[in-house]
Amino acid sequence: MIAIVDYDAGNLRSVQRACEHVGLDAEITLNAHVIRQADKLIFPGVGSAESAVDTLQHRGLDKAILEFFASGKPILGICLGLQIAHEYSEEGDKECLGIIEGACERFMFSDKTLKVPHIGWNEVEIVTSHPMLESIEDGDEFYFVHSYFAHPTSNTDVFGKTTYGDRTFASVVSRDNFFATQFHLEKSGEKGLRLLSSFADWNGTC
Amino acid sequence: MLSKRIISCLDVRNGNLAKSVKFVDTKDIGDPVSKAKEYYDDGLDELVFYDITASSDDRNIMLDVVEAVAKQVYIPFSVGGGIRSVEDASKLLWAGAEKINVNSAAVQRPALIKECAHAIGNQNTVLSMDILKVEISRDFPSGYEVVINGGRTRMGIDALTWALQGEELGAGELVVNSIDADGTREGYELNLTRMIAEAVSIPVIASGGAGKPEHLYDVLTEGKADAALVASMVHYNEYTVSELKKYLHDRGVKVRLKF
Repeated sequence: MIAIVDYDAGNLRSVQRACEHVGLDAEITLNAHVIRQADKLIFPGVGSAESAVDTLQHRGLDKAILEFFASGKPILGICLGLQIAHEYSEEGDKECLGIIEGACERFMFSDKTLKVPHIGWNEVEIVTSHPMLESIEDGDEFYFVHSYFAHPTSNTDVFGKTTYGDRTFASVVSRDNFFATQFHLEKSGEKGLRLLSSFADWNGTC
Repeated sequence: MLSKRIISCLDVRNGNLAKSVKFVDTKDIGDPVSKAKEYYDDGLDELVFYDITASSDDRNIMLDVVEAVAKQVYIPFSVGGGIRSVEDASKLLWAGAEKINVNSAAVQRPALIKECAHAIGNQNTVLSMDILKVEISRDFPSGYEVVINGGRTRMGIDALTWALQGEELGAGELVVNSIDADGTREGYELNLTRMIAEAVSIPVIASGGAGKPEHLYDVLTEGKADAALVASMVHYNEYTVSELKKYLHDRGVKVRLKF
């Protein structure tokens, strides 16, 4: 069973529906015990890092996620899930989970024609191969909605990059059994669903 | 590089796909769920469903449509029409919509934008504006006025002022719909679209008037829109989504071609 972490951060049912569509049994839960028992974990989310981290801590889910990571079982982070897996986010000046070393910052452009949030379909350049990325091609487009982006300290954690304006950011990060995308794979058409299918097959190793 | 989006708008009345000309003379033209799936399979970037059901008693039908679409279509879609509260918005999101569009109710009670943005996120709160061209005056310095109720009620509010206020209140995107251009198929209102797109820092979706592929090109370049809404030209199978995208690509507009 796959557990989808419920921390009041957006449309979890979209993620669950996409899971069902590719034949994955996924349960939305805020119960730390259910999370521990799960075979795989999806850590999704939209909204602000500040309130997300507060809710996770309030529900004791931050510890449950870190324990899950330590157990070696596969975790998929989506959007805000990618961001708060880092050590810190500028959004609300918030200390985050620290699975990936690095911080999240806000898009700032001198060119005012560049809109924030970064909304829409953009290309992912695959910089390092990964079992999760075998089902997609370099340059495939995915759906993004975000105002903050992650900046991992180590390049070895970056597997995909995306460019918006003059800013290139990490759109796919992974460390050990944690894999995350800044884009919404559940809203990225068939290519996104393929990534979700890959997660079903992934054993958590690179 | 970010692609320009092609978004199809489906007006839904009592669960059926409808198409209006200048917001009146509406007729039913098919099943919204199968249309949505057809466009999805052809590479559409996003969908908007607008519930134009007259009676609020029948609005639950829309939730069924949203559920059915969400099971088949894995691109973002928003739903608008008759949303008056966070509760209305939440029901639609739970049924499977990604974003909600507020329109008339937000003009009448602007706090609705703030409430929705707070409850479901700025990025999921879209402000849809119906705009009428008027004489430039002290009341309407932009030369455009906000109207509601499908264009029937003039609100005495300047369009540009409202766009900026909507952004300030927390809207994550704006749909700029020209009542004058709607259904004419003679092209988007480029002047209006560009004026608002240049003034706000959130994405602008141009709506109303698309009839030919060059209209999309014009509004995505000269009109400075981030996305173009299409309806009749694809609903009546005059153009397919992939043909429109290929046309734009050939003219140098970045669009998503591989899907």
